[in-house]
Parts: sequence; C-alpha cells; structure tokens
Amino acid sequence: MTVLLSGEWPWYVAGPLIGLFVPALLITGNKVFGISGNLSHLCAALAPGKLEFFRYDWRKAGLWNLVFLAGVLIGGFIAFHAWPAQEIAISPQTTAALTRLGIHDFHSVAPRELFTWHALLTLRGFVSVVVGGFLVGFGTAYAAGCTSGHAISGLANFELPSLIAVLGFFAGGLAATYFILPFVLGGL
Amino acid sequence: MTTPLVSEFDGCGAGAQEEQLVRPAFLLVYLLLGIAFGVVLTRSEVLSWFRIQEMFRFQSFRMYGIIGSAVVTAAISVALLKRLGLKSASGESISISRRPLGAGIRYAAGGTIFGLGWALTGACPGPLFALVGDGVSVMIVAVFSALAGTWVYGWLRPRLPH
Repeated sequence: MTVLLSGEWPWYVAGPLIGLFVPALLITGNKVFGISGNLSHLCAALAPGKLEFFRYDWRKAGLWNLVFLAGVLIGGFIAFHAWPAQEIAISPQTTAALTRLGIHDFHSVAPRELFTWHALLTLRGFVSVVVGGFLVGFGTAYAAGCTSGHAISGLANFELPSLIAVLGFFAGGLAATYFILPFVLGGL
Repeated sequence: MTTPLVSEFDGCGAGAQEEQLVRPAFLLVYLLLGIAFGVVLTRSEVLSWFRIQEMFRFQSFRMYGIIGSAVVTAAISVALLKRLGLKSASGESISISRRPLGAGIRYAAGGTIFGLGWALTGACPGPLFALVGDGVSVMIVAVFSALAGTWVYGWLRPRLPH
C-alpha cells in the first residue's frame, strides 16, 4: 500500500493495474479498451466536413469512450495535485544520452526545453509538440488503434493486425529516437 | 467514395460494435474508470517523455515489464471472461470483435507513423490528455495537432493503401 501512495510504482504493480482496465470495461458494458478512437469521435462531433470516415453516430459509437477520456484528463489532474511532483528516476545511461543531446532539465515529467509554451516557438519544441502530435493522430487513425487498442487489447486477444501494428510502433519509435531526435535536438 | 475493401473498416480504435446509446448511470462508471486510468498513467510514469526515451534506447526493463505484464493480465482476464460466458453489467454477452487483417498495410504503415509521433511527443493518445491534467498545458496544442492528424487521415483515406 505504501508503494501505491508514495514513490514510483514498480513495473509489476503498474502493468497488471493497466491490464485490468480491459476486463473492467468488458464487464461494465462489453466495451473494448482503446483510447485513440476518441480522436475520430471528436472529429466526427466537431468537424466531420463531408468526409465519409467521420459520418457516423459518434454518440452511439463513442460517447462512453469520450467520457472515459474526460476521466483520464481529470485523473491526471488529481494525481498531479495529490502527490508531490518528483523527478522521473530514469537510468543514468538515458540521462547521459539525453544530456549529450542538449536536455538538461530532468525535474518534471517531460523536459521543459521541449514542452513549454515558450519552447513551441523553437524548432525542437515545434517538432516535439506539433509534428509529433500530428503523427500520433494520423498514425493511430491509419492503424486503427494505439498503445491501448493494439498493444494491450489487441495482443491480449491474440490478433495478428495488432502484432503488426506494435512492430510498426517500435520501428517508428526507434527511427525517431535515433535519426530524428538527434538532428532536431542537436541542431539547436 | 471508398473501395469495398476499405469501407469494411469503420471508425478507428476499438471500432463500434454496437449501436445502443449508453445509459447515464453507466457513463458515470466510465468516468470513474477513466479517472482511475489517468491516475495510473501518471503514477506509473508511462506518460513521461523520459520513460519513453529510456524504452526506445533499451536502457531499462521497466516499460517492457509494464506493457508485458499488462498484456498478460489482460489476456488471462479475456480468456477467463470467454470461458465463463458472462454477460456484462449492461446485459450484452461479452465478446471482442477481431479486426480484419486485409492486406495489413494500414497496420504496418499507420503503426510506424504513430511510433514516430510516440517517440517525439513522448505520449500516446491517453497520456496526451492526462498530461494536460498533469500541468503540461502545452500538450493542449499536441491534442489539437493529433485531431488535425486524424482529420487529415479521414480526408486522405480513399487514396491510401490499406
């Protein structure tokens, strides 16, 4: 219990807790755990245009999930205020590698060199927030799922499409980490 | 207009398996589950850009342990639920519809594009929203950028290989 209340959660506590959201949603209303569908639902609700992809009843298909998503935002807010912020205890090798790339602020959940309003006006901030966000939205819609829908729900259901998608997640993540980030961070 | 092969994939994410409107009492349950998920994402640090970098650099077992044990927990739960043949609290029989594989291009290409964004923002869609609550307010911009990305996919969809 003290582990849950303070300090960082070990992987064998965090992982099973995340996995339990799959049966929790199935038992509640036969819903499949997956966050990225909400981006489509929001597009369908706010700006469907004349696009066939967004012409469906988002209330019937996704209201439950949008409510879940609102909860995620509130949950983040609660956790942020209920526990004192602490440094993310990453491995010393990661700290060294990132320091070489020009990251020096290790005090919060994300480096302030990249993730502040001020940094948005720099190339590295713009690429991290705006370009990165766009690729997340485009990629998850194209792949029909993200980490929750494919890597957790899909793999747990032994689906081949999800395995292909997860291999893609890693191919893209490694490419960005080793080829794009050094260029974007090191250039400034 | 889309080809028949593409049009069988409707919506994204988990897909819409049913057409019933959810009752308000159940919406409250989904809200509470979402709040719990936001707390778990924050406290487990999986929404940290630093943790994602550590993972893609293979410098800690932590993220692999978390994702791996989450999948194992979910797989055992799903197998148990299928075996028991339970009904959900709202009355449907529990089932997960499988995604059609098709040519598989959408999963490989879309997955890779998402992976690029995951490493750059340090966040997948759930964390993107949790981080806004976590005080990283600039992530609101990333959320709108992700919405733009999804919208552009919807626009280009008839011309993309799936």
